[in-house]
Amino acid sequence: MNRQIIKLFGFLLILYALLFGFTSYWSIFDADSLKANQANRRPLLEEQQIKRGSILAADGSVIAKSIPQGSGNNKVYVRRYPQGGLFGNPIGYSFVTQGRVGFELSHNDELVGNKTEFLSVLDQLQGHSQVGDNVQSALDPAAQEAAVNGLAGRRGSVVALDPSTGEVRAMVSIPEYDPNQIPKHFAQLNRDQSAPLFNRATQAGYPPGSTMKVVTATAALDSGEFTPDSTLSGRSPIEIEGVPLSNSGGEQFGTIDMTTALTNSVNTWWAQAGEKLGKDTMFKYMDRYGFDAKPRLDYPSFQLATSGVYDGNRLLGPSDTIDIGRVAIGQERLRVTPLQMAEVAATVANKGELMEPRLWSKVIDPDGRETNLDPARQSRVMSEDTADELNTMMQSVVREGTGTAAAVSGIDVAGKTGTAEISTGVNDAWFIGFAPASDPQIAIACVVEHTSGFGGPTCGPIFKAVAEAILNGNDDG
Amino acid sequence: MSARSRELFALIPVALLVTAGFTAVLITNSAQLSNLSVLYGGYFLALCVAVHLVIRIRLPDADPYLFPLVALLAAFGMVMLFRLDEGLARDQANWFVLGLILFSATIIFLRDYDALERYRYLIALVGIVLLIMPRFLGHATNDAFLAVDLGPITFQPTELAKICIVIFLASYLNEHREVLVVGARNVFGLVLPPLKHLGPLLVVWGAAMILLVFIRDLGSSVMFFGAFLALLYVATGRLSFVIIGLLLFVGGAWFFAHTAAHIQDRFDIWLDPFKDAGGSGYQLSQSIFAQADGGLFGRGLGESLVQLPGCNHGFPDRCAILPAPHTDFIYAVIVDELGLFGGAAVVLIYALIAERGFKTAILAEDGFSKLLATGLTAIFALQAFVIIGGVTRVIPLTGVTLPFISYGGSSIVANFILLALLLMVSDKARRRVRLQNERGIG
Repeated sequence: MNRQIIKLFGFLLILYALLFGFTSYWSIFDADSLKANQANRRPLLEEQQIKRGSILAADGSVIAKSIPQGSGNNKVYVRRYPQGGLFGNPIGYSFVTQGRVGFELSHNDELVGNKTEFLSVLDQLQGHSQVGDNVQSALDPAAQEAAVNGLAGRRGSVVALDPSTGEVRAMVSIPEYDPNQIPKHFAQLNRDQSAPLFNRATQAGYPPGSTMKVVTATAALDSGEFTPDSTLSGRSPIEIEGVPLSNSGGEQFGTIDMTTALTNSVNTWWAQAGEKLGKDTMFKYMDRYGFDAKPRLDYPSFQLATSGVYDGNRLLGPSDTIDIGRVAIGQERLRVTPLQMAEVAATVANKGELMEPRLWSKVIDPDGRETNLDPARQSRVMSEDTADELNTMMQSVVREGTGTAAAVSGIDVAGKTGTAEISTGVNDAWFIGFAPASDPQIAIACVVEHTSGFGGPTCGPIFKAVAEAILNGNDDG
Repeated sequence: MSARSRELFALIPVALLVTAGFTAVLITNSAQLSNLSVLYGGYFLALCVAVHLVIRIRLPDADPYLFPLVALLAAFGMVMLFRLDEGLARDQANWFVLGLILFSATIIFLRDYDALERYRYLIALVGIVLLIMPRFLGHATNDAFLAVDLGPITFQPTELAKICIVIFLASYLNEHREVLVVGARNVFGLVLPPLKHLGPLLVVWGAAMILLVFIRDLGSSVMFFGAFLALLYVATGRLSFVIIGLLLFVGGAWFFAHTAAHIQDRFDIWLDPFKDAGGSGYQLSQSIFAQADGGLFGRGLGESLVQLPGCNHGFPDRCAILPAPHTDFIYAVIVDELGLFGGAAVVLIYALIAERGFKTAILAEDGFSKLLATGLTAIFALQAFVIIGGVTRVIPLTGVTLPFISYGGSSIVANFILLALLLMVSDKARRRVRLQNERGIG
């Protein structure tokens, strides 16, 4: 029997080896994905016992802070948002019951003071309890307010970027929610048909309409195929891909140059230009602007949508069958986010160089030490000369074209309107632009959903209000 | 050094471990040092030394490592329970004392375990009565009938039943193993035991199935049937018998998995605990999340999240994040606080106990002693596997205790009796070996 007993012991050891194997899988190899599991509330509960850092606005006012409740071992911190819904979507929320989204999620490590394992062991040995860092965002409360007031309850979004640094100075999505309401009213907000929890600035894909002509103009000028003086016919309608295309209101133009075509947003002119450039050149410049990839914003990936030409959920490329003439005027199956169009405006403003957009500007540790974040270049989209030419043309749009409503007195403004017709009489109204044109300090994209109005008259005044709020603030500073 | 002196010295590090463990928990809980932990460690050492003296007098040749290893498990358990709730640790300490008393009583009053062979049918009957008792006198926990209410305390008869069943099986198989092997026939390439002797084996299978459906105790069922197959294999040397038995069990379990909802649920949860992580899969997914928190070295004693912070409803139910942290899921708490190292240490201690138990079986001379030692060791080791395996998702989760570590009086007491029997077999076997050696030298 002894032989069998030894074999039995061997078998038992195999069983025990399985126990060891599974334990090591859960505790080491699969631990990270288990900690990220939606059903796992442990990381949240543990962090609830850490004093989470505050989130500050650009002017130093508090957007989010943690309040202690209870005492001793039972002490926990609860999140409060003193400014209510003003920063709702971009900042997001952090609650044990509903988890985290937005800035609260993407900067969680700084806010809870997560460090490398070695550093935290040192901290523990020294008896320090874990305390989070404060994080200052670039968001400007005055600009946020101007955007919220400008949209005046209409569904839509405003994104304002500092062209030279990529800092997001305003990000508004209407309807907005108050994060303080999340613990009690999450289900209700989540069911709401108007989707207040959906950040239109980064998640919504709108047809860009004529604002896309800025991208087409970039491709046309920078590729060397066109100059501002290049001429094409502006008659209407013409056949594009076998389907007739008209100008807005059926307006007729003769043979006109690019500046005139942009100033008056002549569809037929730009569709022909798009066809001449072809899919490869158009996609090359779209990709340089950041289309076809998630924006490099410090924001949770699942809350960032990719701009591009879609077939259902599939992103199309230059090898697919696409009506590039209509892509050039922002039609076809093009879907873009307000953030992406703000990046387009900011790139022209920044002499052709796209900066990585970012919501945070500095980290302040519990001892008051500040770490400023250096701006990061994303790509050189076009030459400085191209950007100068485009800047000039976009100024004429606001001075004498479709964008006169965006004009700010005493300052040159460059911009482009867009009106994407969703159905008869229902438009998504756009304006993208920057100011001052000679020394751009702010680039803004505005969109209003499902309105009867046109881009210029609808979004122009919102652009003006937000730009003034930021430029006045900059002057004061 | 004599076997008994080795045993005595091995107990000292165990007592130090208890002291260190209590110290760690006390520091975490109250952020101050007190002499309390030294006191606890002292009590623990004194109790163990007292029992050591009983072993020294009655079983001088018994295996020197089994008792210290078991004391180590008990120390582990006591520290973990103290960390969870002081009251639980106090209760457990009382059970520990009672267990040691019954352990000593078994050694003192059962002078010769061979007597057990004579009463095997009576013992089998007692075992079966103990098994089905909860169905009639008890109440269901988690859908399984595990416990009997005896006044203020509840009692889990399966813990004692496992000893009875093992004694019976060892005795029965010892007597019939010859005929089982000799009379075996080859049917369609399968070696089957003779039909006449198949009957009792089918009875054991039937009992396991009844346990499964009637008592709804999948864990005990797996444990009992596993020990039976282990004994059958050791007694006959026929792997084919084991395979037939395994097929019968799996077939039966599969059949009931599709007809009995409670078993089917267990399987579904096992296959995907995260599918309904807030509902039926809550226990298992929380167990796994707790282990994920542990990492290599764990969060430290007293540092893991067992209760919801800010919740003041007392231990353990309403505030528990991980349900039943003191019984079924204590292994998950160990991995959480002591990491993979702590978990591996626990598994290693069980493996070492199994090694000593099987060594005893090999050294034993007669068939009954061999089978008894094998059976007791196998069922003890399997019990640890079934619950740790359930908690780590190696096998479907079932509710058996983690021997000597989990909170629970019946478990501690029964396992100490099991240990007493094992040590008695060991004493007899090693005495023979010692006498042989002495004669050889002389």
